[in-house]
Amino acid sequence: MMERKIPAPSVNPENKPYFDAAAQGKLLIKKCGCCGEYHHYPRALCPFCFSDKTEWRDAKGTGTIYTYSVLRRGVPVPYCIAYVTLEEGVSMLTNIVDCDLDAVRIGQKVKVVFKPTDGGSPVPMFTPA
Amino acid sequence: MSIKGKAYLVGAYEHPTRKAADKSVAQLHAEVAKGALEDAGLTKQDVDGYFCAGDAPGLGPLSMTDYLGLKLRHMESTDTGGSSYLVHVAHAAQAIAAGKCDIALVTLAGRPRSEGSSGTQPRSWGANLPDAPFEAPYGIVTANSYAMVAMRHMHEYGTTSEQLAWIKVAASHHAQHNPHAMLREVVTVKDVLDSPMVADPLHRMDCCVVSDGGGALIVARPEIARKLKRPLVKLIGAGESPKGQAGGKLTLTTSGALWSGAAAFEEAGVKPADIKYASIYDSFTITVLVQLEDLGFCKKGEGGKFVADGNLISGTGKLPFNTDGGGLCNNHPANRGGMTKVIEAVRQLRGEAHPKVQVKDCGLALAQGTGGQLGTRHGSATLIMERE
Repeated sequence: MMERKIPAPSVNPENKPYFDAAAQGKLLIKKCGCCGEYHHYPRALCPFCFSDKTEWRDAKGTGTIYTYSVLRRGVPVPYCIAYVTLEEGVSMLTNIVDCDLDAVRIGQKVKVVFKPTDGGSPVPMFTPA
Repeated sequence: MSIKGKAYLVGAYEHPTRKAADKSVAQLHAEVAKGALEDAGLTKQDVDGYFCAGDAPGLGPLSMTDYLGLKLRHMESTDTGGSSYLVHVAHAAQAIAAGKCDIALVTLAGRPRSEGSSGTQPRSWGANLPDAPFEAPYGIVTANSYAMVAMRHMHEYGTTSEQLAWIKVAASHHAQHNPHAMLREVVTVKDVLDSPMVADPLHRMDCCVVSDGGGALIVARPEIARKLKRPLVKLIGAGESPKGQAGGKLTLTTSGALWSGAAAFEEAGVKPADIKYASIYDSFTITVLVQLEDLGFCKKGEGGKFVADGNLISGTGKLPFNTDGGGLCNNHPANRGGMTKVIEAVRQLRGEAHPKVQVKDCGLALAQGTGGQLGTRHGSATLIMERE
């Protein structure tokens, strides 16, 4: 079966630790040392309280599907985009992979897997838990 | 300071082309500018303010003002995607009220159809985007971004594909009367459901057209508007609001229209029930449904019931919408539908819509835009206009 070519993320000094960790098979999430809130995508400054005391934490790597859609037209092979709400309470854009795409459902429990990209860092995706 | 009554929409023009293979983008901007000035009864020399967005080539308005040969004392290039032109009208009113210009020109033009653009291909917003590294690898495109909103709305509120289809059906009923519309065939709910699935749960007929073309508006101060020989269309309320992923604490079933709409209604001093005609941004059917709820035309979650059974069809429904056929059937120039939303609202208020879709005694109209992507981050803008 044809595989979708996954574009490599553009790495910059602010997001480099996230993608370096992904290369080690670890999902990082940012937590604010000041207001205590998690956020995603990760920023140097907390998007809630604007503190610069944000810290990288290991995410549990599990969550539930908030919403999804399988793109079926105009692409060589259908794929499933989704927002997964992590156990830490924040939602991240991702793909649901390694499963029957017609069986994907909102509320489904999923766990992180890492997939290689086209010439760059691997990225976290999710598969049914 | 309120902009209520501080400015009038005195000129409006929609380019008749839907495929402009033999024209340049700058040329289309000039053609729509000329059309809107002629509509207003003004000349290029009268313009002292210019507004454009990312569809205009060059560094903000610099290339375009030079190309058009404008002499300005005010310029602005706020870009909120397809809603930019509603924001421009509001900002033009602010500039006029502040004495920064008297007659503002707003232009939009593009040729995505000739250039092969598609809602299933990634769009590039340039380098250094903070969000792109966390989204581009996953294949976010326009269609699946909006589809995720539809999927969640269905999950939370029981909205159905049949209900969404009614939005397209209503648009097609209007488009049959528009000789310039790309899709003039009247369709049924079944036609929409039978059209190919693009991105679950959105079918091809849930998606807007890709078209070339453009449009322009002229906004002027009251003293000037009253000297012109056109029906008076007064801006009485405006609101703008961006909405994004909220640091990961996202809610996809509401849009920025919740805030831009409330601001516009408050400024105008009117209620949703007072609106006789509404132009609602229709990149996809779900875009319309979410905005109608957030603007307060119905309760959150009841948009499906509200749009069903022809309620948006002029002459039969309670809220006639997009009587030109909208983005779903008529035109979505430069992949940015805000301009045509304002233009059709102006036509309705002037009594110049097609007789088959003209709303009787149309004294109060709303135009609503959503630019960017509802599924990631978008800019909402609302205008309320009154026939004087």
